[in-house]
Amino acid sequence: MNPSRRDFLKGTGALVVSFRAASVFGMQAGDGQFGTHASHINAEELDSWLAIHADGSVTAFTGKCDFGQGIYTAQTQLVAEELCVALERVKLVQCDTEVTPDQGSTSGSQSTPTNFNHQNLALAAATAREALLKLAAERFGEPVDGLRVENAVVTNASGQHVRYEDLIGGKHFNLTLDRAARRRPQVEWTVLGKSVPSLDRTALMTGQFEFVHHVRVPGMLHGRVVRPPAIGSTLISVDQTSVKDVPGLVKVVVRKNFVGVVAETQHSAAHAARKLKVDWKPGPKLPSQASFFDSLKEQPSRDALELDSTDVAARLATAKHVVRARYTYPFQAHGSLGASCAVADVKAGSATIWSATQSAYPTRNCVAMLLGMPADKVRVIYTRGSGCYGLNGADAVSFEAAVMSQDVGQPVRLQFSRQDEMGWENYGNACLIEQRAALDDAGRITAWDRESWIPNMGSRPGYDRPGNVISGMLLGYEPPPLRPGKAAEPTGELRNGSNTVPEYMAGCIQDKCQGNGTVNAARVLTHTVRSPFFTGPLRSPLRIQNTFANECFVDELALKAGADPVEFRLKHLQQQRLVAVLKAVATAAKWQKRVAPRKQTLANGLARGQGIACVAYEGRNGYAALVADVDVDLTSGLVQPRRFVIAIDCGPISNSDGLRNQVEGGILQGTSRSLVEEVTWDEQRVTSTDWESYQTLRLDYEIPEIEIVFVTPEGVAATGAGETSITVTPAAIANAIFDATGARIRDVPFTPSRIKAALATRSEGAIA
Amino acid sequence: MAAITLRVNGQTRTVNVDPATPLLYVLNDDLDLRGPRFGCGMAQCGACTVIMGDHVVRSCVKPVGAVGAEEITTLEGLGTPEKPHPLQQAFIEEGAAQCGFCLSGVILTAKTVLDVNPSATDQDIRNALGGVICRCFAHTRILRAIRKYADARRA
Repeated sequence: MNPSRRDFLKGTGALVVSFRAASVFGMQAGDGQFGTHASHINAEELDSWLAIHADGSVTAFTGKCDFGQGIYTAQTQLVAEELCVALERVKLVQCDTEVTPDQGSTSGSQSTPTNFNHQNLALAAATAREALLKLAAERFGEPVDGLRVENAVVTNASGQHVRYEDLIGGKHFNLTLDRAARRRPQVEWTVLGKSVPSLDRTALMTGQFEFVHHVRVPGMLHGRVVRPPAIGSTLISVDQTSVKDVPGLVKVVVRKNFVGVVAETQHSAAHAARKLKVDWKPGPKLPSQASFFDSLKEQPSRDALELDSTDVAARLATAKHVVRARYTYPFQAHGSLGASCAVADVKAGSATIWSATQSAYPTRNCVAMLLGMPADKVRVIYTRGSGCYGLNGADAVSFEAAVMSQDVGQPVRLQFSRQDEMGWENYGNACLIEQRAALDDAGRITAWDRESWIPNMGSRPGYDRPGNVISGMLLGYEPPPLRPGKAAEPTGELRNGSNTVPEYMAGCIQDKCQGNGTVNAARVLTHTVRSPFFTGPLRSPLRIQNTFANECFVDELALKAGADPVEFRLKHLQQQRLVAVLKAVATAAKWQKRVAPRKQTLANGLARGQGIACVAYEGRNGYAALVADVDVDLTSGLVQPRRFVIAIDCGPISNSDGLRNQVEGGILQGTSRSLVEEVTWDEQRVTSTDWESYQTLRLDYEIPEIEIVFVTPEGVAATGAGETSITVTPAAIANAIFDATGARIRDVPFTPSRIKAALATRSEGAIA
Repeated sequence: MAAITLRVNGQTRTVNVDPATPLLYVLNDDLDLRGPRFGCGMAQCGACTVIMGDHVVRSCVKPVGAVGAEEITTLEGLGTPEKPHPLQQAFIEEGAAQCGFCLSGVILTAKTVLDVNPSATDQDIRNALGGVICRCFAHTRILRAIRKYADARRA
């Protein structure tokens, strides 16, 4: 049921059977999160990326997988376009460690930049098309120049034609990727760039789609985990007799601090997990949530300086106008709708894991560590789960499924409960950000000091750190300790991958200025401290937190300068693509100029306002500007967005309908995260572990209008797009609340009680 | 364990299970159905929704022994890829999903509310969907697809 790469190729009568599978012993772990790694599948070889079968159909192999964001369809379009074959002739195989190249994790808005620009999958398809043209030219005995290719047929000037399958069908190309291969020009695109309906649609809507939750293997048993009652607890003992009467129970699995049960049915497993008596030694008390942000500053920290012009303190000390503000962002949950699930079939010398992980190859290596098995004996087959939005429980559940299957010697399907999912995940980081800036009499920012505190523990497990998630830690691997240390002077390139540096800074490091703005006197210092909970990437990781604080603060500066927020931004920006989206959104949204909050009130006790925010995502991976129109109920404190207008530039668009879907979903998810989402905890454990205790905007929410403007400059590379709209949403809403009410809200989420408190103490802006 | 006979998607199926087993597990594990899915196990999200008779039920908390002879319809029982139900067709046309894990709750709940009240307003539809969660926030397209179906149905 799980064809090998050989079978993929043999299945269509291909002669391609000699796929090179060098031993992965001694294999180097990859040298970067998003790059293509050394593996048994050589990413430099064309045959690693695609094959043309004897019947002319195409199989392409990618290390970037679809979890609902549409990249499966877009990559299929890409291959069809570059190869000049019909879309329905292309079958894409995604993230299966047996057959696809290792492209690390599918994350960080990197799939499009990685596979759609002049490298990897795009380059492979272009290399293949040129190779086919060359073969046809040899066949015709004439130069390539006069040949045309359409729908997998090469035709010469005199009308002779040859089909791809007659040139290479079922055979290896035996070529390396050709950096000189030409991409098809965007003006000639017929498949890529079109709103091709997502290929999974019909199966999804009719209930036929196979999620990882549906994988069934002969002899498969069902598992449940038994989590400790408190964070940091350690196992004392398990009372096996407490479940001896549970029918269908196969085994209680215990390893280090991990406890789970395996049974013949889900019902039995769930029953046993509830009934099992376990003695735990409690962990240390958790810090108080009420004073959590204040306590961050007292922790030992690992510091980093993103920028330091060394003159900021002096300039602030002598400045006439100084604005300061403090922003907080809470821990938030991925809260996948489907609790995570994985199926593992571990035999004596090999293992297969069906997993919804974003990181098939890294998961393979971590599972191999946990099983004590060479990595090349473990196969991870990506199988889509519920939308993850980052590091949800998919990696954790995969590790434990593997260990449980190994322990019982049979395949195990492990299903997390809602509490397993939301009580123990790698939450999106909380963040405390303090800003100070000076203005001159001309309303120009003359110095900007920014300091932030980020609680952190664990993250993606990568290739060798299973302890970065709860299951690996329970199984005996600790997350890397925080090593406190002072910041070194910044050197090298400004990366700004987490959007820590506000867009308005010039970003100068050793005379090289790479920021998007013009403020030269700048210091950006971060303090990473130990988090009481696991943390990890959640859609727009740190970018959303940082952009909230940066884009609200620039509004506060505009107010102090007596300037319109759009004009004030433009005055301090120099990055032309960011300027372009800002201008485009101001026009499309009919931005109303103002130098102070307009505080428009409606007859029904509502105040109405408009706010703006912009970002160059990760410094240069997508550009967006968003205008939010919101109503604030002055009595209840409820915030209701009415309309969003966004301008977005992500370079050439692969599928505009898919992009719209991402932008709309990002804005609404961003609205939910702005208004209601917050992880809560008591002295022992996280208490927001279901949909009553963790809020989300449900389908009864009165959805605002969303208008999208695409800004499409020519001659630029494709960037990420799926995380840009969410990144600017909290700041645009907060700035709109200020325009509506004159109350500045600096703490996410913008709950009614916080709004009411801000209304009661409104002071027309920041403390001077 | 007991032999329990169910009417599912027009077929009669007999399973031998503990009657306390949630209907969801029987649909997934014994009848190999993929439409209803485990979301929370607490009737809070809607991912496990099925139609029983003329109303929606959260199959994750419904003991299979309490189902009786009532006809159960799952998402795959509503229509097929070859012949989708018009509401599913509207979702296909509007691309009204991202990951799609929520769709049983969304589509089956919308169908029942419109079966009961074909002239349901957007507000009525939203109210009916108050217990359904979509974490990808495909809300805009979801409500557009339901409106499209509702309008076509009345025309």
